[in-house]
Amino acid sequence: MTPQSVELRGIGKSFGTENVLKGIDLSVRPGEFLSLVGMSGCGKSTLLRMIAGLEAPDRGTVSIGGSDVTDMDPSERNLAMVFQSYALYPHMNVRQNIATPLRMRRLPLSARLPLIGGLFAPSQTLREIDAAVEQAAETLHIPHLLDRKPAQLSGGQRQRVALARALVRSPAAFLMDEPLSNLDAKLRAHMREELASLHRRLGATFIYVTHDQIEAMTMSDRIALMSEGRIEQLGTPDELYRSPATLTVARFIGTPSINLLPVEIDAQGKVAAFGQDLGLQAAAAHAGPATLGIRSEDLRPAAEGLAVRVLRAETHGADRFVSCQLLADETVRITLRQAAGETLETGADGLTHLAFAPERAHLFGADGARRELSVRERVAA
Amino acid sequence: MAYVRRYLPHLVLAIGAFVMLLPFYWMFLTSIRSPGEIFDVSLWPIPKDFSAGENFSRAASQVPMARFMLNGVIVCLGILIVQVLTAVPAAYALAKLRFPGRRLLMTLVIAALCVPIQALALPLFVGLAMTELLNTYFAMMAPFFLSVFAIFLFHQSFRSYPNEIIEAARMDGFSEMEICWRLVLRGSLPSLAAFSVFSLVAHWNDLYWPMIVVSDTNLAPPPLGMLYFADVESGANYGALMAGATIITAPMLVCFLLVRRHFIAGITMTGVK
Repeated sequence: MTPQSVELRGIGKSFGTENVLKGIDLSVRPGEFLSLVGMSGCGKSTLLRMIAGLEAPDRGTVSIGGSDVTDMDPSERNLAMVFQSYALYPHMNVRQNIATPLRMRRLPLSARLPLIGGLFAPSQTLREIDAAVEQAAETLHIPHLLDRKPAQLSGGQRQRVALARALVRSPAAFLMDEPLSNLDAKLRAHMREELASLHRRLGATFIYVTHDQIEAMTMSDRIALMSEGRIEQLGTPDELYRSPATLTVARFIGTPSINLLPVEIDAQGKVAAFGQDLGLQAAAAHAGPATLGIRSEDLRPAAEGLAVRVLRAETHGADRFVSCQLLADETVRITLRQAAGETLETGADGLTHLAFAPERAHLFGADGARRELSVRERVAA
Repeated sequence: MAYVRRYLPHLVLAIGAFVMLLPFYWMFLTSIRSPGEIFDVSLWPIPKDFSAGENFSRAASQVPMARFMLNGVIVCLGILIVQVLTAVPAAYALAKLRFPGRRLLMTLVIAALCVPIQALALPLFVGLAMTELLNTYFAMMAPFFLSVFAIFLFHQSFRSYPNEIIEAARMDGFSEMEICWRLVLRGSLPSLAAFSVFSLVAHWNDLYWPMIVVSDTNLAPPPLGMLYFADVESGANYGALMAGATIITAPMLVCFLLVRRHFIAGITMTGVK
């Protein structure tokens, strides 16, 4: 099966009075790895379940490979889904689990009956199914587990069985609902790599739901960041990191979180924090309170700039993160990223100054939308 | 003190078990005693005059005991099979499908649990009489075909079946009926065992309803047969009567022992009792 595109047009859904999806438009290109990320409750899982056909949208259409499937049953859409709990059939062994999607598709009902079904199954088809199961098991490195029951497998092994069951039928697209969230941190990092390489090898369309921005950043071709039933931004991981379209995106993407500074835009469009001119120019029309976002790696110690008190430093291997508190407003926390060997000179009371790269700062208006920003000469206070 | 705390629960349970088991023990004891000893109050298990052979052969030959047992098997299995066939899909729909009126239907099921068979006896009897179905196996089985207790019990157990597996099955192409029978019921075998024991025991032991709708000895299930037996004997030969009672109790005991483990898992899992 060649990879297929998935198109969503104006998808809306309410549960009772709560509007969980507010008109989603999204085109997933054939062969693309697209992640839907967002906080829990943002509607990303509901959206995935609608693509799968497990949930019906109140408004809008779902198309796969150009044809409208909005009213089709899940089984007719030829999609495979990997669930958070893996959803393996508990009474079947691994071989039967992987074979099930093919058996359901290729064998008539009479051949699927328990006990006597074997009498009706065409042996040619059975051999083909066996071969496909072996091959899927080979791809996921689990041929030695084929005769075990799911209960006898570890989380990582179950994960592989679920993936094998998904890929055995060569679906039009793979849907994944937080498939790695039940694994421990080390295995998760490993499976991330393996999923990405599986995607490259199969060249299939992957739609991946996660609340973990690191998973989305590391594996995806594109990310759709969702919040409160809307797509806040759709773009490559780099675009989301380097030019977040909204404050929500800026907050969500990046570890450690982006530093947010309350600022004021005056009538001329000059940006100031706590009365201190920052040398940044916004549009005069946007005068009023705003938020300035600065990534931790864009900050550096300086002789003058933002006055902060150092609270503590953590070394994470190659990186060192220094948490500081803004002197002008002690509720504002600033994190500075340094290389592990670097140090930060402070006064006796832990005070120092930080400067930032102005061309890499992000300005967001009171409504959370991104504002244009340019660098200009600083005016002395 | 620690001693008391440790053994007190066992003591209480032992007294309870003694009270429950005594009638059965007495029944068995009477069945192996000679007529002369029957009214002894001693609980000593070995009778002076061992007449088990005589009592049991009397019980087996005086009335068509095999026929009663066969009737019991037909009625009980007939009821159980139809109950499972109807209750499992109903319970699956109530537990796992979303449709308007689901809560109302569930409320009705629970309300129906409160209606005793005695309240329905008269209309059922009249209905069966008008359709000339009295004195048939069908008359003994029909009122119990739809069991709200079964629906309730399976509903409790199906509710805990993981939704994601059902969704995975839908994507794999299982029909709803296949999901219900091949996956969800498969995951609830202990409650099926528990319900089977409840149903078999209840209907095997039922005297009330067969007595109302059956007057033909050839259709009598064991308890009704025992009643005929007592009539024939004018209630005089207690030894043989108790031998008969022992014979008809034995299959239930065996049935329970066979599925004991599942039965206990079933009732603890579903939170019934």
